[in-house]
Amino acid sequence: MSPRVLMTDADLRRALTRIAHEIVEATRGSADLMLVGLHTRGVPLARRLAATIEGFENQRVPVGTLDIALHRDDLARLGVRPRIQRTEMPVDIAEKQVVLVDDVLFTGRSIRAALDALLEIGRPRRILLAVLVDRGHRELPIRPDFVGKNVPTARGEEVQVELEETDGHDRVLLVQAEARV
Amino acid sequence: MTTTADLDTRPADLLPAAPASGLTMPEPALVPRPTGMPETTWARQHVLDLDDFTAGEIELVMETTDAMKDVLRREVRRAPALRGLTVATVFYEASTRTRASFELAGKILGADVINLSASGSSVEKGESLIDTVRTLQALGVDVLVMRHATSGAPYLAARNLRASMINAGDGWHAHPTQALLDLYTIREQLGGIRGRKVAIIGDILHSRVARSDLWGLAAAGAEVVVCGPPTLIPAGLGRAHPHAGGDRGLPPVTVVERIEDALRDADVVMTLRLQKERQEGGLLPSLREYSRRYEITRERVALAKPNALVMHPGPMNEGVEIAPDVAHGIQSRIEDQVTNGVAVRMALLYLLGGRR
Repeated sequence: MSPRVLMTDADLRRALTRIAHEIVEATRGSADLMLVGLHTRGVPLARRLAATIEGFENQRVPVGTLDIALHRDDLARLGVRPRIQRTEMPVDIAEKQVVLVDDVLFTGRSIRAALDALLEIGRPRRILLAVLVDRGHRELPIRPDFVGKNVPTARGEEVQVELEETDGHDRVLLVQAEARV
Repeated sequence: MTTTADLDTRPADLLPAAPASGLTMPEPALVPRPTGMPETTWARQHVLDLDDFTAGEIELVMETTDAMKDVLRREVRRAPALRGLTVATVFYEASTRTRASFELAGKILGADVINLSASGSSVEKGESLIDTVRTLQALGVDVLVMRHATSGAPYLAARNLRASMINAGDGWHAHPTQALLDLYTIREQLGGIRGRKVAIIGDILHSRVARSDLWGLAAAGAEVVVCGPPTLIPAGLGRAHPHAGGDRGLPPVTVVERIEDALRDADVVMTLRLQKERQEGGLLPSLREYSRRYEITRERVALAKPNALVMHPGPMNEGVEIAPDVAHGIQSRIEDQVTNGVAVRMALLYLLGGRR
């Protein structure tokens, strides 16, 4: 079975524009807003959201990057160590309203790790979560505040987000379990 | 709570892919991206020396060290990556910074760290060394960090070991973690290692640091020039180096006689501790004679590039191999080396901890 396109480049652009507006609405245009992208694809998504917000709010929105490898709860069970990418915060996150940005929300375990990693860096006033795709199957009590698209999926399927910055084009695919082997 | 996804449903563009988009963009083929990891991955059980490290492996350690430095900058210097892992430092020889930095590295990453000193002399025999290591393994130790006065001891101990072994210095032979922190410091300060000229001055013969540095610098693409008293340069070092054969006894470097030639246009000036306790009679006329010819003074540093880095693995004999005003001067990166030592060792423990 061949992969199915869940979002085209235009769908993706519209969803990000909407999320950008929702973020501003939820934080009331506050000057202490900050976006933090989770590696790998949360980072370009966070940058795009920040650029969009800067476009219509005329305010600087700092973007940090967060790697969660050291906080994963399955580290001991993985054979190969995940490569770690840079965690960088351009400003002090203390007392900020931080919006975590990731591409796909699935079990919620990555977000749990991200919360731990972030709280070791500092103490934000508030943490919100934005994801491009929520595919369900949560294993932890975590829910997103901003969602690009809700997609009902089967466990074995994979939602694959492809972005201009990392993959050369914008697209979201649903890949069937059999196609992955 | 698992049903909250439904509550969050946004009406806007909820259900299946819009059919309108089906007719455009033939460009990206409709295939999933490959799942395999393309880049260098870590496949080592032990870190005994750098003589067989590839440039890719060194880069992997460097990148991982970058991430560890991020952890060290945090408000809470802690990340639970090694939770459940047990690290044992087994030092048959004195050490301050290496041992302390391994202990800190393990603790910051959430490992349990136990420290053993073998102050007795009964461990000189190979079998008792192996017994010690086996016992630690039976106690559940996952990573052993060993320093030993005998070259090759960690190799012997690592044989048939399920746990991982890190060589923290063996005799005159190797000190790979020091070399990796030296490489990291150069990369961090100069933005890269490839093509940089590194002058290593002093007692190369007795220096395990120098030997590992030479391998690591060569693999990372640095141009290495060595200078020291002829009696303290290993025989054969600097000769045409046929790398093809199985003999990997000596790393590829240039050896020069005059210190001025070594220092000229160097990006890095690295000097080594004169191993006073290891000088057998006859290798050196006197300490004064040594300093006169090889001490890194301000005048000598001036021969190198402006802002060249001055490095020393410590502990220093100030006034012997390095002048105090250079050791504590603005070009000195000696304290950075110590700080980076913790991050590099965190990176190695992280990478080795994956094999269990």
